[in-house]
Amino acid sequence: MATLELEDKVMTLREAVKIVANGAHISLGGFTTQRHPMAFVHEMIRQRKRNLHAYGHSPGGDWDMLIGAGCVRRVELAYEADEAFARVGPRFKYAVERGLIEWDDYSNFGMVQRFAAGAMGIPFIPTRTMLGSNMLKKDGFSPELRKSDQKIASRKFVVMDCPFTADKIVLLPAIQPDVTIIHAQIVDAQGTVRIYGQNFGDEQQAKAAKKLIVTCEKIVQPKKLREFPEQNCIPFFRVDAIVKVPYGAHPYACYRYYDYDPEFLRLYHEQARDDASFKEFLDEYIYGVIDWEEYLEKIGGDKKLRMLKADKKLGYAPKLKRR
Amino acid sequence: MKKEYSKDYALMELMAVAAAREIKDREIVFAGTGLPMLGAMLAQHTNAPNCIIVFEAGAVDCKLAHLPMSVGDPRTMRFASTATGLLDVFSTVLQRGFIDVGFLGAAQVDMYGNINSTCIGDYYHSKVRFPGSGGSGDIACLSKRTIIIAVHEKRRFPEQCDYTTSPGWIDGPQGRKQAGLPWGGPSAVITTLGVLRFDEQTKRAYLASYHPGVTPEQVRENTGFELDVSRARGTEPPTEAEIRVLREKVDPEGVFLKKAEE
Repeated sequence: MATLELEDKVMTLREAVKIVANGAHISLGGFTTQRHPMAFVHEMIRQRKRNLHAYGHSPGGDWDMLIGAGCVRRVELAYEADEAFARVGPRFKYAVERGLIEWDDYSNFGMVQRFAAGAMGIPFIPTRTMLGSNMLKKDGFSPELRKSDQKIASRKFVVMDCPFTADKIVLLPAIQPDVTIIHAQIVDAQGTVRIYGQNFGDEQQAKAAKKLIVTCEKIVQPKKLREFPEQNCIPFFRVDAIVKVPYGAHPYACYRYYDYDPEFLRLYHEQARDDASFKEFLDEYIYGVIDWEEYLEKIGGDKKLRMLKADKKLGYAPKLKRR
Repeated sequence: MKKEYSKDYALMELMAVAAAREIKDREIVFAGTGLPMLGAMLAQHTNAPNCIIVFEAGAVDCKLAHLPMSVGDPRTMRFASTATGLLDVFSTVLQRGFIDVGFLGAAQVDMYGNINSTCIGDYYHSKVRFPGSGGSGDIACLSKRTIIIAVHEKRRFPEQCDYTTSPGWIDGPQGRKQAGLPWGGPSAVITTLGVLRFDEQTKRAYLASYHPGVTPEQVRENTGFELDVSRARGTEPPTEAEIRVLREKVDPEGVFLKKAEE
């Protein structure tokens, strides 16, 4: 695997999405309003993936669309919303209230530690968080479900006395998703990844995964990223597929490249509120377009993308109309 | 200098000012989207110029020029000291004991300051689903103290939350210790009607102040548990200077504040 070259890893979105099998355990990078692999999510919906088991800390519309489109069977999460744009993901909310998916709740810190344990190759990780919370009282998954699938942790958590200090400590089970998909600013032709701005949980999610797909704004020659290796966060041999998708996180932000799209986020949340208009959203923006380029035209083309373009110094669009 | 109180302000502005006044200079603050960010930024311009704002998504001590709409907003990157991710901030800043004050939103708050942001009804058959903990459960467990912000309605202030996402004093003075939490606990609840604090002996919420135009009796009527109002006085209104900073420096785009006026 370590010798794979450019032509082996760089592929189209359609090819990369085929790596995700129905029923796969997946995680997606980004955090609420930034750097979700949205182009990949759209293609997963177009390919009608089913029965996915998703792990996340604070996803946003990436999960909301997948859940609404019927791709997801089970989630382990801390939060699902677009913060100031939506206090809860509307499709996630309805799916839980109608019992269309199975769910289990942890905290953000809890979930990111579970990815970290998976990335480090250890079976669990000790923490002090969530003590006194119902997250450590209610298990969203039945004992039968936990027994039925080896990939699901056999227990949600264990609380024990620390063997060294006798403090109360929580042990959380590791996560190693079948596939993690992240959206990065730059990847080199071998697969080395550079992320600008906050990393969120991307590094842990990526390194915990059995397979890693990276969509990106730009592909460059390795010597360019290797000049400053301390700025890179994932070594090339961990990356299985690279897809170049400029504006691939829209309507979410990608630091130093573009801002989030308030107008489109409002449109999404308006349409996702009820079943009929959400279906119209899917038909118009996902099923009704062939690829990401056509989608970008549909959301306003060059004119819209120029409005979202990040200021070089600030990394976002300071003049963007946000309300 | 004599304080000039503002005569023209929105409820959201009053609450942001109340939030800012909870922050002491040089404290390290964990701020979420909306009112906590407004409060923390205002504090940096007024009573706590050297407070440090930390965002759970990764940015530490940024110098905000534009109000973020998310804790993962690229706006939180501006001039930050460091920008890493959730694992680093939660483990080496929060769990290591460096957060003095954390702000928390809530769908429900009970008499011990426990918070629900997960669901209404039974967890396994939720009637209404909210976003979930996010960092709230972590901040509630591991900040040195927390400030809760909530809409004050009877159904949102029950005797006991349907689900405890973020532990407050749990069930009284021994609650946190028995749960194994090393420190922390809520110190105030800033609501749309007033400010609640917690009795030192019992850790039960009592009314500390009621907002201008509100009576203690109204607050009691809108609270689902028995609320002691005997210690209550009027909330100090915002000053002209505080309102000016909020409108001109903190949120000139009107991202959150104009919404409140409409």
